[in-house]
Amino acid sequence: MSKLEVEAIVNGSVIDHIPAGQGINILKHFRMLDTQRTGAKITVGFNLPSKTMGLKDLIKVENKRLSQDQVNQLAILAPGATVNIIENSQVVTKYRPEIPKHISNVYRCPNSNCITNFEKVSSTFYVLRKASGLKLKCKYCEKIFDKEVVSQTLNTR
Amino acid sequence: MANPLYHRNIISISELSRSELELVLQTAKKLKEEPNHTLLANRVVASLFFEASTRTRLSFETAIQRLGGSVIGFSDASNTSMAKKGETLADSIRIISGFADAIVMRHPRDGAARLATEYSSVPVINAGDGSNQHPSQTLLDLFTIFETQKSLDNLKIAFVGDLKYGRTVHSLAQALTLFNAEMFFVAPDALAMPDYMLEDLYNHNVRYSLHKNLENIIPELDILYMTRVQKERFEESEYHSIASQYVLYPEMFQRARSNLKILHPLPRVDEIELEMDSTPYAYYFQQAENGVYAREALLSLVLNEEV
Repeated sequence: MSKLEVEAIVNGSVIDHIPAGQGINILKHFRMLDTQRTGAKITVGFNLPSKTMGLKDLIKVENKRLSQDQVNQLAILAPGATVNIIENSQVVTKYRPEIPKHISNVYRCPNSNCITNFEKVSSTFYVLRKASGLKLKCKYCEKIFDKEVVSQTLNTR
Repeated sequence: MANPLYHRNIISISELSRSELELVLQTAKKLKEEPNHTLLANRVVASLFFEASTRTRLSFETAIQRLGGSVIGFSDASNTSMAKKGETLADSIRIISGFADAIVMRHPRDGAARLATEYSSVPVINAGDGSNQHPSQTLLDLFTIFETQKSLDNLKIAFVGDLKYGRTVHSLAQALTLFNAEMFFVAPDALAMPDYMLEDLYNHNVRYSLHKNLENIIPELDILYMTRVQKERFEESEYHSIASQYVLYPEMFQRARSNLKILHPLPRVDEIELEMDSTPYAYYFQQAENGVYAREALLSLVLNEEV
């Protein structure tokens, strides 16, 4: 990939190696689309060529330093993502998402009878590693879902 | 030292350890043999039934009064501020927990009891949250098994009927994983035990098998846990063909072990013929009565450091 395709940043975070198509979900996940209100300066690349992935998405956020906790939230949408923290144009920290124990206030519970879909309350899912893949268990209704089912319900409230 | 259930929320059976389950059962046995009218003296328990449930509510309210406590509450939500004025569950619970020493609640939504614990200043006992959990039912089932078999260990138990939607079946099977039970699942295809439950049992090294023919396995059993097929889940004609597949009648039990007991969470419809009631195997009415003792045990342990 040519370095010129996405402009370099001086300070901030670069989320790289996002599976193509997941970039928009990550922007929603971190509530980065509300740029009018936050004033955040964000550069986005969709469907960029990648040697290892074929195509990938990439997000650069200026003047925002993502924490390991925030990076871990990517484990559901983009487990192979890398996050570089940039200071004075230098990479000072590299993160890879680690599967978090729980995920709060990101997704809605897919169970239409779950109390969290009726009361104003943050959702929380416990992350379970099963032989058949990552599962998310709602803290409230205790139903267990495939991560793909839950990740379609980004909490936009 | 306070008992381990003192001031605990009782939401999901899976949160109770083997020794905590045994403590509840021993306490239920004690209270059945020697009634105690003072364990809840001067205590007020809120009985909040956001959804009607006659047996569970009367059983809890009987337990509270038999222990010398008083009850406040409602038997359905239609006449409450939540229904009439749109008050949230969270606010209702905050306020009511300021009035009472404990809350017993039934709610039509899954997870409502867990949510209530986050706003309540007093212990919450889940009396059923939607299709999710109903721990006091499992405790009364366990107490009845313990009472009839004198032990919970190494039993052979068949679950028959609706194993797909039957919340009581799932919770009881989950609890019995702690006691090395061998389980037989007998159900029509449409109501088979869900795969995630079987996976869970497999992970706990539970011996289980799936069956279509009930009569063949009856001679092996200590407990036969019968359930009702819920009419509302099927079309009329489909319901009749499914519900008629498993019906208990006395001739089926000619080779049964003498200690076999039939349990049923009730209400029953047609799945146990009335002639069964007078056989030595029928124990479902005593089981319903045991609901009071199991709930007395739960309430007294949650509200007293020592029982």
